[in-house]
Amino acid sequence: MNRMMKASLKSIAGVLLGLTLALIVCHFAGESPWKVLKVLFQSSFGSGYDFGMTLFYAAPLFLTGLAVSIPIRAGLFNVGGEGQLLIGALAAAYAGVVGKNIASPVAAVLFATAFAFVAGGIWGLIPGILKAKRGSHEVITTIMMNFIAAGLSSYVTLYLIKDPESSQAETMLLPEAFHLKPFEKFAGAPMGWLIFVLIALVFVIHYWMWNSVRGYELKAVGENEKAAETYGISKQSAWMFAMFMAGGMAGLVGVVEVLGNAHRFKLGFSADYGFVGIAVALLARGNILGIIPSALLFGILQKGSASLDLETDKVTRDLSYIIQGLIILGVVAEGLFEWRKKAKNA
Amino acid sequence: MLDSFILPVCRVSAPLILAALGGMWCERSGVIQIGLEGFMLVGSFFGAVYALNTSNPYIGLLMAGVAGMVLSSLYGMVVLRYRANQIVSGTAINLFAMGIPPFFSKIWFDSTGSTPPIPTAAQFQIAPLWITLALVALSAWAYHSSRFGLRLRFAGEHPDALQSAGVSISWKRWQGILISGFLAGLAGGTLSTYLSSSFIRNMSAGRGFIALAAVILGKWKPIPTVLACLLFGVTEIAQIRLQGVVLWGAEPVPVQWIQILPYLITIIVLAGAVGRSESPKALGNS
Repeated sequence: MNRMMKASLKSIAGVLLGLTLALIVCHFAGESPWKVLKVLFQSSFGSGYDFGMTLFYAAPLFLTGLAVSIPIRAGLFNVGGEGQLLIGALAAAYAGVVGKNIASPVAAVLFATAFAFVAGGIWGLIPGILKAKRGSHEVITTIMMNFIAAGLSSYVTLYLIKDPESSQAETMLLPEAFHLKPFEKFAGAPMGWLIFVLIALVFVIHYWMWNSVRGYELKAVGENEKAAETYGISKQSAWMFAMFMAGGMAGLVGVVEVLGNAHRFKLGFSADYGFVGIAVALLARGNILGIIPSALLFGILQKGSASLDLETDKVTRDLSYIIQGLIILGVVAEGLFEWRKKAKNA
Repeated sequence: MLDSFILPVCRVSAPLILAALGGMWCERSGVIQIGLEGFMLVGSFFGAVYALNTSNPYIGLLMAGVAGMVLSSLYGMVVLRYRANQIVSGTAINLFAMGIPPFFSKIWFDSTGSTPPIPTAAQFQIAPLWITLALVALSAWAYHSSRFGLRLRFAGEHPDALQSAGVSISWKRWQGILISGFLAGLAGGTLSTYLSSSFIRNMSAGRGFIALAAVILGKWKPIPTVLACLLFGVTEIAQIRLQGVVLWGAEPVPVQWIQILPYLITIIVLAGAVGRSESPKALGNS
């Protein structure tokens, strides 16, 4: 517990450092830091709609945060969340095309969820296999897989399942059974019970990581490959499994976006969720439960900064990139020893 | 042929080559360089800004390099001084860099991330190609035959040997990082002052990552790296040329297939299908 306290204190210090630096930058731009803070806060909590949107932005980050945190336990650094979530979302949209005759909403949602999970998982598994069988560096292969996913999703959207009636680059609208209902209190923000399901999922993964044989094997390989092998744990299978799970988690972003929001796959829907997921996982320091506050914080940043364009004269929503970058640097530069141990081979 | 194919390929390859050479030097010194993309992005923005303000593309290009170098010094500080994880910090640098052009363009031009067009007089005609060629020659020479190149490579291959010879490893790595920042910044500068006539949002568009792929494909050696960049340049031009062209069957080739080609090639190479790509031994161990 003491170690956890220490770790969270360091994360909080990193956040404060990053945020302070970013606000100082705002000051030099001629914008009052207080005003920026106020806009960030009001725009993310000001009304039911605002809060719903904040949760909507945070929801994919729970998943992409898990997509980084799970493999990091096995000593792998997954930069491929963005590609994995694109493929997952595409699969969810495709599930609506294949299963357009499913009438039961429960069956339809489960069907699309399974599609998204498996498709994202396979996209993650490919770099996992390459790492396990050929020793290819997962950071480079996952970056490449991101670009391939972008090309592939654009091809599938524009050529295979395009909505013929739409002038936008988007797939056909999913049947009613596939739509998730948002809370009415959120006044139009596309988020409902799903947010609780996602939080529960984080707890389940946490429990699984600490109480299952597979979870133990992952951690053993991540801590010490050679020792794990001496105990007969195959690092190859641990790596492949970790990357499949990671891809699957990122793929579930398809549920949040396609079933919960747009009800179709729109090219360019992702607000860099895959990359922000890296920041989320780092801020949580590989602790699975830490993803919850961390994803919420980045959700607030994302939603809050969206209003900077209108509410301030001198800074734009892109300030969130500066804040995010500085927060990560603040966290890793300050808490270096823990990270070096875990990500030595990354 | 020259005007319709070779020249365009050289034009689009030049930024890749510059950034890839930077990446090669940095990784040869033993530091992983994911941040090329970010350096390129700030380079292309400040290159356009200074070309606009001074009406001199050379000053623009120089300042593009300086901007990349300034950002790379932040990276150097975090990974060398505070020994933060290099991949994580590189990712953070890229995120940070994405916020920089909109931040300044809002203040200077009241736009959310682009610059006004650069007048023709302040644009390059052909000079960046010669500059690139000169830097390729310089890099190849320094890599193979200079004391500087040898020592820098030792920092990435046998840092202990370098230390026993009384040379500071960390200083060599600083040099590797700053060179990568400067060259990737230059690469960005060519995007806005040579390949087009203004800075637009997210101008680097993944070229930093393609450059990184070229370094790996080129096995961290200068000439093979340049050849890999040219290969990627060919696919980029082919992608433009093949738009709407029917090669087989009745439908035109989807551009997306050609778009993903460089990345596919890199993965196949990494999988060891086309000979092993051996990275510097001490890469990432600082």
